[in-house]
Amino acid sequence: MSHHQLDARRLLCPMPVIRTQNKVQGLAPGDTLEVICTDPGAHHDIPAWCRIHGHHVLESRQQGHEWIITVQVGASAN
Amino acid sequence: MSTPRKAVALISGGLDSMLAAKTLLAQGVHVEGINFFTGFCVEGHTHAIRKKDQEKPKRNNALWVAEQIGIKLHIVDVVDEYKDVLLNPKHGYGSNMNPCLDCKGFMVKKAHEWMLAHGFDFIITGEVIGQRPMSQRKDTMPVIARESGALDRLLRPLCAKLLPPTLPEREGWVDRERLHDFSGRTRKPQMALAEQFGIAEYAQPAGGCCFLTDVSYSKKLVDLWTGRGTREYDFDDLMLLKVGRHLRPRPHFKLIVGREEGENRFMEGYRHQFTHFQTVSCPGPLVLADGGALSDDDLHLAAGLAARFSQGRDAAQVDVQVTDKTGVSRTLTVAPLSAGQIPAEWYV
Repeated sequence: MSHHQLDARRLLCPMPVIRTQNKVQGLAPGDTLEVICTDPGAHHDIPAWCRIHGHHVLESRQQGHEWIITVQVGASAN
Repeated sequence: MSTPRKAVALISGGLDSMLAAKTLLAQGVHVEGINFFTGFCVEGHTHAIRKKDQEKPKRNNALWVAEQIGIKLHIVDVVDEYKDVLLNPKHGYGSNMNPCLDCKGFMVKKAHEWMLAHGFDFIITGEVIGQRPMSQRKDTMPVIARESGALDRLLRPLCAKLLPPTLPEREGWVDRERLHDFSGRTRKPQMALAEQFGIAEYAQPAGGCCFLTDVSYSKKLVDLWTGRGTREYDFDDLMLLKVGRHLRPRPHFKLIVGREEGENRFMEGYRHQFTHFQTVSCPGPLVLADGGALSDDDLHLAAGLAARFSQGRDAAQVDVQVTDKTGVSRTLTVAPLSAGQIPAEWYV
């Protein structure tokens, strides 16, 4: 299992989701991905995308104007 | 028991595509959604920029629909490929810069490619005959099927009974009798079907999902091309057309003036790509200058406009910091332009 980061700052919905989706496609089940966003919509959309694709949101926190969302790739990834 | 057939559904986030997918799910078909991001999708963007809108609850309706009906959704970035659709629409534009028929054909074509690459059997859309003047007419539906390459693997569950049977119907992958015969602009059949499926909440009927149908946005896009002398654009251009006041005081440059805190913060991310203006003797908006080389007169004119939109608009003079693309700054002291000095035609 490995940990990855994705800088999705300044990207607006749905680009943070698209970047997350594309990054997760290259990861293995159990891997974690920390996504940093500035679009507040991302903290709704990335968890929604995770729920429908069987991934898990381990943490979603706001830090100033940024949202940091940590996703764990699910067993039946993609 | 045989393996269910697999359909990829174009999901816009509106009610029709939701019902089309739900209709097939009810027949035991495996459905996954696909949604294309062209760069012109209204969804989310400006809502995420303006401060007053950030307090409202937000959601991506396509994702929300997918979750409500229990399907996966694949969102595909087609910003670059979409340029050719916008710049060279075979079937022309609608009332603004909206190439609706070419757009629908393009999306079905991309869905068809996805279908082939992922081992799916057919494509479904939420199209209804007669609902849209350009892309959803009985005579244009075969055009979309033909030009996309999807042919009779394109099924429109909401109006299928009014169209010749497609491959999924002829092969018995779906039961044609349990498809629908909706037509026209009325929403009543869709609302009744939603009720039948127990769907109580859905996004308001479509029509405003694409910025290209918006007269103001289309005007700004055409102005951008005219100002540059070329119909080129990139993703950042599309984003910046959605924020600020746009004024073109001279043919070779325009100004983008932030209207509030959220827009100013968003535009800050672009300031290194543009000569930009910021009042320093009083609070004021960030102003980006988009265009060719600016003369000293141009810089003073732009500074005067920046001052006009600042809190120092009534002052005799305002200090405006001008920073060029290399990061070199200087301060100009200017008289703010009066309202009467800004011709209406400067506003794009």
